[in-house]
Parts: sequence; structure tokens; C-alpha cells
Amino acid sequence: MSRVGRWVSEHVVMVIALLVLCYMFLPIFFVVLMSFNAPTSRLNYEFQAFTWDNWLNPCAPAGMCESVVKSIEIGFLATVFATILGTLVAFALVRHRFRGRAGTSLLIFLPMATPEVVMGSSLLALFTTAGLAGTLGFWSILVAHIMFCLSFVVVTVKARLAGLDSRFEQAAMDLYANEWQTFWRVTFPLVFPGILAAALLAFSLSFDDFIVTNFNHGNTITFPMFVWGANQRGIPPQVNVIGTVMFAIALLLVLSGGVLQRRRER
Amino acid sequence: MSVAQFGGQVAAEAGGPGAGEVEQERRRGRVGYLLLLPGLLWLVIFFLVPTVQLVATGLYDPNGSLDTGYAMTWSFSNYWDVLVQYQEQFLRSFGYALIATIACIFLGYPLSYAIAFKAGRWKNLMLVLVIAPFFTSFLVRTLAWKSILSDNGLIVETLKTLQLIPEDGRLLATPVAVVTGLTYNFLPFMVLPLYASLEKIDPRLIEASKDLYASGVTSFRKVTLPLSAPGLVAGTLLTFIPAAGDYINSELLGTPQQRMIGNVIDNLFLVQLDYPAAAASSVLLMVAIVCLVVFYVRRAGTEDLL
Repeated sequence: MSRVGRWVSEHVVMVIALLVLCYMFLPIFFVVLMSFNAPTSRLNYEFQAFTWDNWLNPCAPAGMCESVVKSIEIGFLATVFATILGTLVAFALVRHRFRGRAGTSLLIFLPMATPEVVMGSSLLALFTTAGLAGTLGFWSILVAHIMFCLSFVVVTVKARLAGLDSRFEQAAMDLYANEWQTFWRVTFPLVFPGILAAALLAFSLSFDDFIVTNFNHGNTITFPMFVWGANQRGIPPQVNVIGTVMFAIALLLVLSGGVLQRRRER
Repeated sequence: MSVAQFGGQVAAEAGGPGAGEVEQERRRGRVGYLLLLPGLLWLVIFFLVPTVQLVATGLYDPNGSLDTGYAMTWSFSNYWDVLVQYQEQFLRSFGYALIATIACIFLGYPLSYAIAFKAGRWKNLMLVLVIAPFFTSFLVRTLAWKSILSDNGLIVETLKTLQLIPEDGRLLATPVAVVTGLTYNFLPFMVLPLYASLEKIDPRLIEASKDLYASGVTSFRKVTLPLSAPGLVAGTLLTFIPAAGDYINSELLGTPQQRMIGNVIDNLFLVQLDYPAAAASSVLLMVAIVCLVVFYVRRAGTEDLL
């Protein structure tokens, strides 16, 4: 009995941790399950019967695949702009001296600490006041996404840069590399994993955003906007196919990234 | 890579910075401003200016409309009016967010602790599993809870068999469903900072406390918990702030009786088109959150986080 007791006390944290992980995975399991569902009515959230139909006709619901494409376009452009602007800011913060450092840090921190509903509504208030309410659409979503992705890029790249040993660059200079060579041959390759991580984060933030987009989308429908609209009429099961595919692609990317890194370390 | 490694050794032997540093430093100053400019300009135009505009919109004449335009009448009463009218939704938002945050602490702490100290070679896999739910859409995941908690679903049936809820009881469309969704959606934001600060703890400190005859509980209370405080505070903020402003969970899993302030702001802005009231509610939400955060961070004694 005491042996059982000791085993429990030693492993109880792990058991709780695994249960919590199950809680986190329960919805994913249901997303996959419901992608094979053949619903009997439009407002149906219980598993009825197995079918391949949703996977064979993923674009059957009108407008859904178009919305996915729109989300990818916005996500890609927002990622490119936010990553470039954010990386420049991160370099300035870590490598350069300038006045107003505290104010700059605050300006970068604030968007991350502001509820999305406040950010979205304040942009709408600005656009409306500027008389742009009728033109809202692709451009306003893009502008908003770049804005909230920027801070996350700065923080991610900054962490990588701050952990970088500046003696590598000094050594390159000592070996007669000029500043340009030092940057592209030494600094950039060392910081690149941080930039890549920041870009992936930015893309997933943009692709998945609903609240800010909802205030500034005009008539443009992104995938989250499509799901929100569909919820009023009943969710087509194909939404879960898209959810499953997204999950599989992201998991594959992360796992292959891990394998690559392990191989490089050997 | 090899250039960098070789360079590191040389630099370690050569030591500190060389001559001509002063001239270079001055030039770098100008480059610094150039690097900052585009990013900061973007944040000023599309974050700072809109926030100021939001405060101003909250002061517009409440009798105006989008078609006729709003006059600036410095109507401070707008703020008081929405506070009175929507106090229920304000209180509910902070209540739900508080409960969800506490639930996240109780679920997230054991998970982060296990990853940091018990997982061994499974550490990276468990971390990937923590962020994996992010890989699929927020809305699709929240809708999945609709299936999980559905009236004839496994969970409701089990609770009925155990007589924990009455025969006609349901989970969907109740506060329980909304808080469950909030807890689920923001749990990773608790786990990641907690793990980061637990990971930094030197295990020898915990061993030392055991050598000094501290029991497991005492050692946790006096060593592990205080050392993980920064992660706990960061995690609490990252969970509480988005949860208080969220309206996806209450819209998808609740009913009008579970409306939060986010639903109100969305409705005022996009359905009723009452911009002054909408802006005032939005500003009040932000002010309330800032006050709570400052108070909490002061009390927790971790000012350096801000």
C-alpha cells in the first residue's frame, strides 16, 4: 500500500498534467470527428453518421474556400510587413542608443495589453471619422493586422537578439569583415530562427483574428468572418475539414522544424 | 556557422571593444532612429491616434447619428450613462474573466510544473502539445465545445447519471459553458510564461530546502512558488485581459443572459450604430483593465514587469 502511495505522490503532478492536456485536446478531437459528420439539420452539433462527403467536397459551402484564400492573402501580406517593420525596431532597441527608449518600449507593449475589442473599435472610430467608412475592406483589415502583429514580432526578435553574443560580430570585424558583411554573414544567420518564429506567429495571429477584423472588414469575408456568419445559419461540417487541415499543416511544420534542428545539432 | 564559432574564440581571447568606437557609436545613433521610424510611425497612426479618437468619440453628442455626423459637445455624461446602463455586463465580464483566470492557474500550474521538472525527454513534445490547439482556428475550436457540451453529449449524460445536474439540466447556454470556453481558450497563455519562469529555477535550491528538513509542501510554498511569481503574474495578465474583452465564447456558448461587455461594444458599434455610447463603453473597459492591472502588479510586488 505504501508503495502505491509513494508512486501516486511521485506521479500525481504528471497525471494531472496529462489530464489537463486531454482537456486542451478535447476540442481538436471533436473538430476532426465532426469533419466526418453527416448532419441531419443545419443547426446540428451532435455526431450523427459517418461520411467522407465533407472531405470529398470541401468547397461545397458557398464562399467558404474564397474566405480561406482571402485569409491567406491577408495573412501573408501582414506577415511580410509586420516582420520587416518589427525586425527593424527590434534591432534598433537592442543594438542602438537613442532617446525616448522608455516611451518606445511602452508603445510596443501597449497593443499586446489592450483587449482586441478596444483596438478594433478604436480603428473603426478613426476610419469613420476620416470619412473612410464606405471603403473598409481588404486594406483596412491588412492595416489593422500589421498593427497588432508588429509588437509580437518585436518582442520575439528582440529576445533572440538579446541572447546573441555580440563578440561574434566583434570577431568578424576583427577579421576585417566590413559592417555589411558582418551583418549578412554573422548577425542575420544567427537571428534568423527568431525572425522565422516571429513570422510564423504573425501569420497565425493574422489568419485567426476575428475581433479586430469584425470591426474593420467592410464587405470582405475572411475565414473567421465566414465561420461567424455561418454560425447564425448553421455551421456546415466542411468548416471542420478546414480546421483539421490547418491543424495538420501546422503540426507538420513544427515537428519537421524540430527534426531539422535536432539533425543540425548532431 | 563555422565562421561565427571561430570568431567567438578569437573574440574571447581578444577581449573588449577596439578603438574608433566613439565615431561608430555616434553614427549608430542616427541609424537607430531610421530603423525605429517606420514601425513606430505605424503604431502611432494605427494604435495611438485611434485610441485618442476613441476617447473623443465617447464625448460626441449622443443625439447625432452616422448620417448627420456627430458634433463634439464634450458630453462626459456618455461615460456615466453607459456605466449605469451596462453595469451588469461590465461586472459579468470581470467576474467570468476572474473565474477563468483562477481556473487557468489551477490547471496551468501542475502542467507547467510537470513540463519543467518531471517531463525529462518528453519536455519538447509536451510544449508542442501545449501550443498545438493554437494551430486551428479559435472560432472552430470554440464551436467544438458546442458539440462537447451538447444536451445529449457524453459529458451532460454522465453528469446526469451521477445526479450532479438535474434530469432536464444542460451545460450549453449557461455561465458554466462560457467560463469553460474562456478557460480553455486562454490556458496556453498561462502555461507558457509559468513554464518559462519555473524552468529557470535551479533544482539545487529545492534540494537545499529539502536538506534543511522542509517538507514537500513547505519547500513548494517557500521556494518554488515565490520563484515562479513573475511567470504567475505575467500568465494572469495574459489570461485575464483577453478574457475580459472576449465576446466569442459568450456569443457561441451562451445566451443573452451571459452577454459580456464585448458583446455590448460590438452590438453598439455594428448593429445599433450608436458610436458615442459604443466608444465610451470601449474606453471604460480599457480604463478598468489598466487600473486593475496596475493595482494587481503593485500588490504582487513585480513592478519591474511593466
